[in-house]
Amino acid sequence: MKLEELRFGTELLKRGFASMQKGGVIMDVVNAEQAKIAEEAGAVAVMSLERVPSDIRKMGGVARMADPQKVIEIIDAVSIPVMGKVRIGHFVEAQVLETLGVDMIDESEVLTPADEQYHIDKKLFKVPFVCGARDLGEALRRINEGAAMIRTKGEAGTGNVVEAVRHMRNIMGEIRMLKGMDKQEMTDYARDIEAPAELVIECAERGRLPVVNFSAGGIATPSDAAMMMQLGADGVFVGSGIFKSTNPELMAKAIVEAVNHFNEPEVIARVSRGLGDAMPGLDIHTLRDDEVLQTRGR
Amino acid sequence: MDVKVGVLALQGNVSEHIDAFVLALDRIGCGHSSSVVTVRHPADLEGCHALALPGGESTTISRLIDKNHLYEPIRNFSGGIFATCAGMVLIATHVDDARINTLNLIDMTVDRNAFGRQRESFEADISLSDIDGGPFHAIFIRAPVATHAGAGVTVLSRLDQGIVAVEQGKHMALSFHPELGGDTRLHERFLKIIGV
Repeated sequence: MKLEELRFGTELLKRGFASMQKGGVIMDVVNAEQAKIAEEAGAVAVMSLERVPSDIRKMGGVARMADPQKVIEIIDAVSIPVMGKVRIGHFVEAQVLETLGVDMIDESEVLTPADEQYHIDKKLFKVPFVCGARDLGEALRRINEGAAMIRTKGEAGTGNVVEAVRHMRNIMGEIRMLKGMDKQEMTDYARDIEAPAELVIECAERGRLPVVNFSAGGIATPSDAAMMMQLGADGVFVGSGIFKSTNPELMAKAIVEAVNHFNEPEVIARVSRGLGDAMPGLDIHTLRDDEVLQTRGR
Repeated sequence: MDVKVGVLALQGNVSEHIDAFVLALDRIGCGHSSSVVTVRHPADLEGCHALALPGGESTTISRLIDKNHLYEPIRNFSGGIFATCAGMVLIATHVDDARINTLNLIDMTVDRNAFGRQRESFEADISLSDIDGGPFHAIFIRAPVATHAGAGVTVLSRLDQGIVAVEQGKHMALSFHPELGGDTRLHERFLKIIGV
């Protein structure tokens, strides 16, 4: 087969990659050792970053893409896909991660935004992107820019699932509402939520987003993860929830099993026993406006 | 014959496989007398004539097969198995990764991620021996290849990197994703092999 007959980086390959992650748990890791623990526990992929979100909260300052040396060490340590976070709008960080061989890029509000006007033009890349969203309009704007996967934002680094629930209910509820509309009403609704009408209509026809939708931002226990699956998530991202718990190996395995058996409370009960402490949580209402991550990018 | 197809639904591209089998059964005129179901527990395999092992993460799926007590039931499954991508890794006799508990159902040695990382994933028109209708548009996503196939294995397609489509008895294994392209010729061929 000649190289010129192959097509790389197509929409189908990007969305197909995201689809292979379904029913899986993607875990935040900051080094090779954590990546191995995640893989051993049954993670479908790992997300490489400099610090987990709860540490980003504590440190303050500007949060950026991870050191490429760390990313390479993580890539070398595991055989599952490795993802990496870049700042919203920072297309050069994205170019760097693509060059390193990262399998998917997360344009993430957890890092400090680099551009308050524009997100990355994701169609220019061969590697697929995942982006955060709080509602249908935001999700469809990201998909329109080329995102191959959406994750509801939640509120990262809090260990509090309330915002993840809110955002998943927003998106699923809006899609359910579309089903009762005719084309004219959908076009009008698309204008209201600042999303392309053809994507709104596609959601109505399929009864779901055109790409895979994971849950993120505050998942700290097996029950949290299973609840997000029951609310309609295709899979979950767990950030600080694993490596800020008292027993990361056990917690990671338990969350993988809970996602796999999200409709079987007896399994969730069994895997939740004796896990030690989950990560310390934060009440969302105690956060100052400038500490809220989910409002970055819209 | 009432046909029942199971799709292993532990992790990965499950709904696409269900849709593709529903479409293929429709196209061969068995739409009304067939069902496609998810398989998560050993009891779900009862009455199935075929089982699809979908794409996903082979290390994750292998662990979940063990956890859900499905290893022996799948190994002893009397129907045909349709294995794609991660499924091809699982169904082999040998894999370049000791952590995967292979099902030993197709006599071949498989290399995981043989083409590289996601940026090296590709679409291409490949030729398949013994399949009518011209080249097959194949979607390779972090795909494996077989580097060696035993004497009892029929090789349907081979690229420079290795073997990408095989059959042995009632089983078929593909390193690409026919469930993503809308072309159901391989599904239809598989259904014919198992006697539909």
